[in-house]
Amino acid sequence: MTVTYEAALQKYEPVFGLETHVELGTVTKMFCGCTTTFGAEPNTQTCPVCLGLPGALPAVNERAIEYAIKIGLALNCSIASWCRFARKNYFYPDMPKNFQISQYDEPLCTDGYLDVAIGGKTVRVGIERVHLEEDTGKSLHVGGSTGRIQGAEYSLVDYNRAGIPLVEIVTKPVPGAGFLAPEVARAYVTELRDVLRTLNVSDVRMEEGSMRCDVNTSVTLIGSGTWGTRTETKNVNSLRSVERAVRSEVARQAEVLDAGGRVIQETRHFHEDSGVTTSGRSKEEAQDYRYFPEPDLVPVAPDADWVKSIAASLPELPSARRARLIEAWSLSELEFEALRNAGALDAVEATVAEGASPVDARKWWLGELARRANDAGIEVSDLPITPADVARVAALVAAGTLNDRLARQVIDGVLDEEGTPDEIVAARGLAVVSDDSALTGAIDDAIAANPDVAEKIRGGKPQAAGVLVGAVMKATRGQADAAKVKELILERLA
Amino acid sequence: MTELIKKTAAELAAAVTAGEASAVEITREHLDRIAAVDGEVRAFLHVAADDALAQARAVDQRRAEGEPLGPLAGVPVAVKDLFATVGMPTTCGSKILEGWRPPYESTVTRRLRDAGAVLIGKTNMDEFAMGSSTENSGYGPSRNPWDLSKVPGGSSGGSAAAVAAYQAPLALGTDTGGSIRQPASVCGIVGTKPTYGGNSRYGVVAFASSLDTPGPFGRTVLDTALLHAAMSGHDPMDSTSIDAPVPAVVEAARHGDVAGLRIGIVSEFSGDGYQPGVMARFTEAVELLESLGAKVTEISCPHFKYALPAYYLIAPSEASSNLARFDGMRYGLRDGRGSAEEVMATSRAAGFGPEVKRRIMLGAYALSSGYYDAYYGKAQQVRTLIIRDFDAAFGQVDVLVSPVTPTTAFPIGERADDPMAMYLADLCTIPTDLAGNAAISVPCGLADEDALPVGLQVMAPPLADDRLYRVAAAVEAALTGRWGHPLLDEARGLAR
Repeated sequence: MTVTYEAALQKYEPVFGLETHVELGTVTKMFCGCTTTFGAEPNTQTCPVCLGLPGALPAVNERAIEYAIKIGLALNCSIASWCRFARKNYFYPDMPKNFQISQYDEPLCTDGYLDVAIGGKTVRVGIERVHLEEDTGKSLHVGGSTGRIQGAEYSLVDYNRAGIPLVEIVTKPVPGAGFLAPEVARAYVTELRDVLRTLNVSDVRMEEGSMRCDVNTSVTLIGSGTWGTRTETKNVNSLRSVERAVRSEVARQAEVLDAGGRVIQETRHFHEDSGVTTSGRSKEEAQDYRYFPEPDLVPVAPDADWVKSIAASLPELPSARRARLIEAWSLSELEFEALRNAGALDAVEATVAEGASPVDARKWWLGELARRANDAGIEVSDLPITPADVARVAALVAAGTLNDRLARQVIDGVLDEEGTPDEIVAARGLAVVSDDSALTGAIDDAIAANPDVAEKIRGGKPQAAGVLVGAVMKATRGQADAAKVKELILERLA
Repeated sequence: MTELIKKTAAELAAAVTAGEASAVEITREHLDRIAAVDGEVRAFLHVAADDALAQARAVDQRRAEGEPLGPLAGVPVAVKDLFATVGMPTTCGSKILEGWRPPYESTVTRRLRDAGAVLIGKTNMDEFAMGSSTENSGYGPSRNPWDLSKVPGGSSGGSAAAVAAYQAPLALGTDTGGSIRQPASVCGIVGTKPTYGGNSRYGVVAFASSLDTPGPFGRTVLDTALLHAAMSGHDPMDSTSIDAPVPAVVEAARHGDVAGLRIGIVSEFSGDGYQPGVMARFTEAVELLESLGAKVTEISCPHFKYALPAYYLIAPSEASSNLARFDGMRYGLRDGRGSAEEVMATSRAAGFGPEVKRRIMLGAYALSSGYYDAYYGKAQQVRTLIIRDFDAAFGQVDVLVSPVTPTTAFPIGERADDPMAMYLADLCTIPTDLAGNAAISVPCGLADEDALPVGLQVMAPPLADDRLYRVAAAVEAALTGRWGHPLLDEARGLAR
């Protein structure tokens, strides 16, 4: 590609939108009683209903409706008092009935928004709709080089996923993000993921496919006041890919337009390895889904009192939490984002709750512990150390029992599962030597061994004390409080 | 013909319960009857001889052990071949499902098994219930026991023929546009289309989901009510099933009485295209009702004339989607080589008959983008108008009456190449399907021209199915009294 993203932005205004599919974490499927556990033996979690056997009929899982309403409320949507499911008709072997039960022109939730903080400012992303549908089965194409159906020798289908409840969350087009468009897109998905996780309605694991994004992108000449033709990029399966997909598609479309071409409305496929998109089927020759209201289901009419009680039971949402913590901990937006991006918010908040100061809690989780998690290739929250342990270590440091170096050794012990911080301090004999009399001998030895240095200090050069402090620390194997040692030396030589 | 075969379901269940007859003996005699006559009637696609005898033995066993018996203890029931039945194939009269054995049981047939009924076999039908003669069956037509050169009606023609030919005292059908009432009418037996939602569709292979209604056939009004009661009731597996008590149909069937009942004649259902002999018997039936104390008026339902076109948009639209699953991927016929798409296309081309293909194309067209509002959307509006016509009518009368179908049984082959002529057979029955209310067909005599049976249709509001039986029982009692015997005794051929 010859046109870079940066060059494209000189001339074009990007607009993006996202369609996010999220598998709900209900115990059973959308329209039958089959379990939804991820990773079971293929085709073991199926029944006549989710296999679409002749004569089988769907029955709505109330819990899925509740989850979708939760999501709608958290995204500031209106909840329909009456809506219907619709059939989306198309033929594909992983779809047991050759139609998908979805929602069409009567979605459950409409017209909301999600505020996304980025670089210290807030962008409001409009939510067009949130609707419920059933997932399809999963195809495994065997024998081809690409893993896609083209060129495969045969395909296997696992229907365990068929009928798992999905919500589709569709944004309105987001103009005006300018250069930041790719990052705003990523921040939106990140924020959405946090909201869904907070609501406890999905495990939102992009790598397992329980959260999947399609990215719509278009560009228009700056100041033209019109909208460009959009493309829909599929297979965008990580936060980083969301950002890269927008970036790459903006540059590609700019190049097409610069060359005098026109952007074709089409589905494109994102390639994780190269970071570029390639053409899929054209929307202009796209199939007609022949939507019509699902006659096997009665309309969904959530009772207003029920919706109210769901609203009342919503947990604190990430945006409210952000505002609260920024205030309580006196953070800047950027400091907060650093914490959130490190995945350490819960840990820090819990550590503060265990008595640590916000500064200490952040220091440990963002510093030493983040480094350990990174080394181990795991999330900071997955380290085998509890917020209570960290708070205790911070308390021992604050009390002067440990210095930072010893504290790191205690953390080593906890991570090695040797016990609690107090047990490790005791077992390893790590406490700082703070008993003045125990230090006196070591100080006398140091002065005796370095008479010239002692003379300099006596002569009014206290900065020379470093040598003596070093000697004392060495003699006590680091278990002394260096500041205390210096203080005692200066007293002695005053 | 043996004595047991001539008995009604009510008598058979009573005999089994009293220990006067065994379920096995009853089942054997019906199996013998099937073996004797079904070569000509061709009512059955599958006779479940061993399975039925095993079910019968289980009933006898229960009785021997002193356990309570159900209301249909030991009564054979023939089952239209679109109910999913464990242990028997389910083909829907289609080659695309040839040999398919469902791994699960429909709610209705499970209820019948629980009621002590013996499911004796699966009956022929127009492919996926699309038709009015069984000529659209992938396995050849059934024949009318009154005259083997005539159709038994459809789509539940096999079930109606089996009951009329004494191969089973009771049978299950489904009514989507008249598929129970029209065959009942032309075979001279009783058939009911219950209120939509009164019977579970779970395990009933769908033709048109918003219309399909399982229902009973019997030779008498009481027998039909017994089957109706045994199969009905709320089912959480079917979201469109109504959570309300089953109307007291058996009680109503035992007490036929129309004194003081307000009866409306639908004025739109007469005139051109109605066979004179059908209209003559219908008019006599109305006079009979009046003589029994009913107050008869004429009622206009101005939108009924749009019912047929609306039906032929809604039913095919739903069918085009319902039948998409038959693609050769998971079950049924698989044909062709190459890509999944090619196998799907080849399997469907090979497995579906011409009428099914016609309706899938009609439906796919009516639902397509840009045409939805003009066709499916408009048809749904017509449906609302028809419901309003019924509401207005039932504001003035308790039941409506009409002929069931404009003609008596027509010759096999006569309309096979003329879909429009075939569609007209359901002219009088379709409004009830579109509105979701209840209707019954009860024999009211033979047409003068051809000595073939004519049925009287009685229509009632939703969940007032009991009214149908009250009226039908009164008609049956009066006419049987007048004739001195049941209508079926008039049958020249196999019905005797």
